[in-house]
Amino acid sequence: MREIYADHAATTRPAPEVRDAMLPFLGPRFGNSSSVHRRGEAARDALEAARARVAALVGAAPEGIVFTASGSEANNLAIQGVLACADASRRRLVISSIEHPSVIETARHLETRGIPVTVVPVESNGVLDPGRLAEALAADVALVSVMWVNNEIGTLQPIAEIARLARAVGARFHCDAIQAAGKLPIDVETADLDLLSIAGHKFHGPPGAAALVVRRRTRLAPLIHGGHQERSRRAGTENLAAAVGLGVAAERAQRRLAAGEPQRACALGDALLGLLLARIPTARLNGDRAIRLGSIVNLRLPGVDGEAALHELDLEGITVSTGSACSAASPGPSHVLLALGLTPEDAHGSVRFSLGEDILESDVDTLVEGTFRAVERLRALDHGGTVERR
Amino acid sequence: MIYLDHNASTPVRPEVRDAIASCLGDLHANPSSLHREGQRARAALERARDQVAALVAARSDEVVFVSGGTEGDHQALIGAAWALEARGRRVAISRLEHHAVHGAAEVLERGGFAISHLAATHEGFVDPAEVDSLPEDTTVISLMLANNETGVIQPVAGVAERAARRGIRVHTDAVQAAGKIPIDLEALGADYTVISAHKLGGPKGVGALIVRGGAPLESLLRGSGHERGRRGGTENLPGIVGFGVAAELAARDLMAEGTRLLALRERLEAGLTAAASDVVIHGTRAPRLPNTVNASFPGARADHLLMALDARGVAVSAGAACASGAVEPSPVLTAMGIACDLAICALRFSLGHTTTVDEIDLVIPRIADAVRVARSAAGARA
Repeated sequence: MREIYADHAATTRPAPEVRDAMLPFLGPRFGNSSSVHRRGEAARDALEAARARVAALVGAAPEGIVFTASGSEANNLAIQGVLACADASRRRLVISSIEHPSVIETARHLETRGIPVTVVPVESNGVLDPGRLAEALAADVALVSVMWVNNEIGTLQPIAEIARLARAVGARFHCDAIQAAGKLPIDVETADLDLLSIAGHKFHGPPGAAALVVRRRTRLAPLIHGGHQERSRRAGTENLAAAVGLGVAAERAQRRLAAGEPQRACALGDALLGLLLARIPTARLNGDRAIRLGSIVNLRLPGVDGEAALHELDLEGITVSTGSACSAASPGPSHVLLALGLTPEDAHGSVRFSLGEDILESDVDTLVEGTFRAVERLRALDHGGTVERR
Repeated sequence: MIYLDHNASTPVRPEVRDAIASCLGDLHANPSSLHREGQRARAALERARDQVAALVAARSDEVVFVSGGTEGDHQALIGAAWALEARGRRVAISRLEHHAVHGAAEVLERGGFAISHLAATHEGFVDPAEVDSLPEDTTVISLMLANNETGVIQPVAGVAERAARRGIRVHTDAVQAAGKIPIDLEALGADYTVISAHKLGGPKGVGALIVRGGAPLESLLRGSGHERGRRGGTENLPGIVGFGVAAELAARDLMAEGTRLLALRERLEAGLTAAASDVVIHGTRAPRLPNTVNASFPGARADHLLMALDARGVAVSAGAACASGAVEPSPVLTAMGIACDLAICALRFSLGHTTTVDEIDLVIPRIADAVRVARSAAGARA
């Protein structure tokens, strides 16, 4: 039986060339890249080459790349770092209601420390209405943080419009592009973004390697301080192997994007969605069919527990998730699905398929049939009155 | 190249590299995912947690994985200070601390906290009695377990005992100590302990903060439920798995390696004294790590020595690697009351698992040579 990994939004398999590029830096080519001796110099060269590759993926200047250990850290650094530099007259933070927990929890934390926070609700299709955002913006806003692609439902936010609105009131704009990088063309100059977060393990790079892109003239206080690394914006001995892996993954992603590879996964996602809706007539898409990264399909399956469905599919060799991997530890229903107006019960009855490189065209039918069978089994169980709510 | 800079970073052990390679190839799921692949990744994560906990005699659930020593020190000091803010807005750090701790203190200072300093003796350690005179509003003390520049081991247990009497929490940066001397957190009494993988044969980009007995801590990196809500961010699983293997090997070899390194250190010190009779080795009257020698060669500036040794295939550090590029005396040596003209002539030799007797014997004449070159450079300038 072919195992089908349909959880690319949670994480992706490091590409063989990424692994191969990293391993020499875990062998004889070690060296503290801040040391002056010769090994240190070779390490520094490798680090800067990786930086240039990451910059190229998002149209940024290499000196604007700050390597971090995770996408969550990049989001924390962007938000805490900008707010720490904010003037007294301009210190409000504006975010959408469907941001990643690393943004929402950072906002909540700052709120306890006296920073005013406005959470702008998205529409029921999971897309932010620029008009609604405009109502929240004023001259006291320091930073707007809105994600490019939602990690649970795949909806796309009107980034150019948000950037324009933020600019109009003199606010900085941070975009969590962790689900977008490598899947959509990104150019921080054209999009007029001040800060952008990406994470390598979402595009076949290694875990533990991510970056915050900081555009010129953006004031940012470091979160981790006490060293000159990363132009004093992130202290700590550089994780060279991971940075090199991230660089290779970025270059690879750029190449595949130009070759139309992520677009293929989006087309398969659209096909999957159409077939699932036809095969399971009660199923409904969470989010927006058109304004969506096609490779992410979040379905609500009435009468079925999402987690039970995940385990049923797992037994069939199909790997999917409920909401996001990041929220798997928290027992509550997905805050994203609740923000769309779903009841907690419907939110619990949802499953996310996220396609990517590992998915073949022939997998789509297997996914549809596997899901159909899992839903049938669970509903039969439910009929017997023994539905599990784990 | 003879590498005597293990305190800056150690070569990754081959077993660690193999474990990382296999993890990158095979364990690719997100450990937070509920499916079988995710659970397999989770099991590897928890096994590494057990291995790291065992190295410092802690409980596995006390281990929080972080991206390295610097993040760990920030999370510990800032997180504890924030959590204890209602009791007071002051932390105390020793003058011997690593940049990471000074940096964390600066972050707190910017946020309106007061910082007190614990002085060092000429021998390079902090006198625990210093704790008694700290202001009332002190909530956390930060004292490293072993100094990265001199290797001097600090009386953390004594400080923790006095701190506990006053209700003050203790953070210890054990980055240089872990894997070099036995650590028993129960006996040490520190509430927050930080260690780093790349100082003990593991990979860069991973470390651990060990939080004892539910000591209060606010999370610095906010996110979802990772690390029991104490540190947001998808886990660096290959790095963590590598850390686990490195910790297990370090624990296994601790006694034998400690004895071996101590013999090599003594051989090096005897050689240095024979080669340059006026050499001053710092901190010799205090307990020191078995692998670290900090020595000043009067009249030979550290940056000149460093370059001369580099040209002769020897990698060492002037003071700490993280402070490279500057010719100023090390704040650590200054805090010990070492005169500036002597302090700027200091080199740090740090031995490790790759160091051999042959290397020590080869390196001594090269050092003698470098000292001669550096002294003539100084003479030419004068």
